[in-house]
Amino acid sequence: MSVVVTALVTSLSILTAILTVTAWAIWFERKFVARMQSRLGPTMVGPSGLLQPLADLVKLLQKEDIVPEAADRRLFDLAPKLAALCALGAAAVVPFSASIVGAKIDLGVLYLLAIGAVTVLPVFMAGWASNNKFALLGGMRALAQSLSYEVPLVLSAMVPVILGGSMDVSKIVESQIATQWFIIGPVWLGLPAFCLFMLAMLAESNRIPFDIPEAESELVSGVTTEYTGMKFALFYLGEYVHTFVASAAASALFLGGWDGPFAPGMHWMVLKTFALFGFVYWVRWSLLRFRSDQLMRICWYWLVPVSVALLLGAGAWVVL
Amino acid sequence: MLRTLQVERRVDPHLSIDRYDPEAELLLLHFGPQHPATHGVFRMDLYLDGEIVVKCVPYVGYLHRAVEKLCEVLTYSQVTPIVDKNDYVSPMTNEQAINLAFEKLLGLEVPRRARWIRTVFAEMQRIASHLLWLGTFAMDLGGALGGGATVFMHAFRERESIMDLFEEVSGSRFHYNTHTIGGNRHDIPAGWSGRVKQALDVIEARIGEYEAMTLENRIFHERTRGVGVLDGTLALELGITGPNLRASGVDHDLRRDAPFHAYDEITVNVITAEGGDCLARTQVRMGELRESIRIVRAMIDSIPEGPINGGKPIKLVNSIKIPAGQTYVAMETPRGELGTYLIADGSPKAQRLKIRPPSLHALSAMPYILPGGTVSDALAILGSLDPIMGEVDR
Repeated sequence: MSVVVTALVTSLSILTAILTVTAWAIWFERKFVARMQSRLGPTMVGPSGLLQPLADLVKLLQKEDIVPEAADRRLFDLAPKLAALCALGAAAVVPFSASIVGAKIDLGVLYLLAIGAVTVLPVFMAGWASNNKFALLGGMRALAQSLSYEVPLVLSAMVPVILGGSMDVSKIVESQIATQWFIIGPVWLGLPAFCLFMLAMLAESNRIPFDIPEAESELVSGVTTEYTGMKFALFYLGEYVHTFVASAAASALFLGGWDGPFAPGMHWMVLKTFALFGFVYWVRWSLLRFRSDQLMRICWYWLVPVSVALLLGAGAWVVL
Repeated sequence: MLRTLQVERRVDPHLSIDRYDPEAELLLLHFGPQHPATHGVFRMDLYLDGEIVVKCVPYVGYLHRAVEKLCEVLTYSQVTPIVDKNDYVSPMTNEQAINLAFEKLLGLEVPRRARWIRTVFAEMQRIASHLLWLGTFAMDLGGALGGGATVFMHAFRERESIMDLFEEVSGSRFHYNTHTIGGNRHDIPAGWSGRVKQALDVIEARIGEYEAMTLENRIFHERTRGVGVLDGTLALELGITGPNLRASGVDHDLRRDAPFHAYDEITVNVITAEGGDCLARTQVRMGELRESIRIVRAMIDSIPEGPINGGKPIKLVNSIKIPAGQTYVAMETPRGELGTYLIADGSPKAQRLKIRPPSLHALSAMPYILPGGTVSDALAILGSLDPIMGEVDR
């Protein structure tokens, strides 16, 4: 009984924490970007616009829920829910400290990658069900992109798995604490694998320079063109949570997770995650976007061969 | 015109697809008029094979406001504020073009001071217009929620300083109505030239930043090099002028070749580029930004003294009657050759006034240079041609 209660409390608190953090991460991003663009960002709602996420939520809840007549209603309704669910589900295995983790699964990395791969499904679902040409093109792009970038993502995530000798995310972190962070040791292996992971992660979560499925200047709003109100918000939320969880995963796999001096582990984990999260938004608001075919070329000509080489290198390192 | 529909599909060097199945089922995508990236209300029908554009049929006319008809029912002096709204990104040059036509048919000599001020205005307007183009083009490539928006915001910040300077002269930020038949309505205020130089210093220092985000950026090159190649012959055939023509390697600029205002008293270095692709068009416009800054700097301190209006006093300007006759006057605006064809019949109103907008001709290149590219290229090409729909539809 007590196990169930503990699990329930842990997962609920992690869920709440992630949703809250995501809401204010959006505020953070807007402020951050506003400074980059010599603007002020949200200022009106609460001090420094801190209550803006709540105002946005209320606004989105009030919006009329429009379903296009020609849309496939059931798929159309299912897609946003699935999108948010997949993104949140991935958070289960990310260890925020030695003790705070939603679920300790032996195959945590596999679970993380698998559920990350499923996120493309609701995106394509939305593109197809909307019965809109722009959404369809967006869904098509998303499918091609995610399937391609899955390969370097998985291969580069295998490097810490091999080095750490486990598929459990917590064990990988512990082995980093015992030796050194994988990003610095061995550096010729860890650093490139980390860069590859981040690149593939940007592509997986549809962030600039790889945000072509959304590409609002080309495809209006890509797969979310026909979505309104809360359904749109769920996609939006899913995207942010996905980025957040992927940043957390990257800091656990490569940056030593909760390892750090002075402060309790969780502070370090959150700090590292936010640093990566901020990096993603820094990149997002600085770069232009690639074209669909260029994206595929980068993936298959550069990322996949390099990640295969890294995987072989990691194997050789461990064996020798 | 029918040739539009019979353009052969060109092969995109990036995609190495050398065959296109004519039997394939094409997806017809109505692109616009309500689309966030069509620079106003432009519509293209794109026939897609996957993401490849096989055929592009542009449609214009969604912003038609019957400006040419209005010019026939209003007196000559009342026309100036109307044409302001044609090319709403560079209103100064619209006013100048129309008044040049009136002055030519009247045989009116514009005072030297007014001509110099007009030249300075035209060049500053070119800076503002190219800055806006840079921002919107970056947004086409990088998205309203990405790096493109950052370029956009920064470019707008600099454009704002020029609009402030124009406001000081004319009292309005945008639709200035500062030109009149025979000269200018407002003289430049005291200390204005100093503030112009200050603003130019800031803009010049920041052009480097924009270039770092565009011309020196690898992704920008990937997106623009070899995309939308417009060769010089085709450009001339379609009547394309301005930066779009110069980017195709044709050395043609009315400021130097057929000087108006005070351009005969100064040298204009015409910027050209080879290639005719989106990258070349960017290079030309960035070069023109620097060149315009140089021209304004060279002129602003030596504006000659004298009257600014050689025509009738402003109160009498409504009674101007232009003697019967017809004329065509062209001037170089930021977008190319803006022509005005005027037929006067001796009354205080024009019998017919035809405006030749450079943007319309630029848009006519779309069906020729787009096929073979992708949907993403469509936006890159459209953005690089710098069309302003207000001017296209009038």
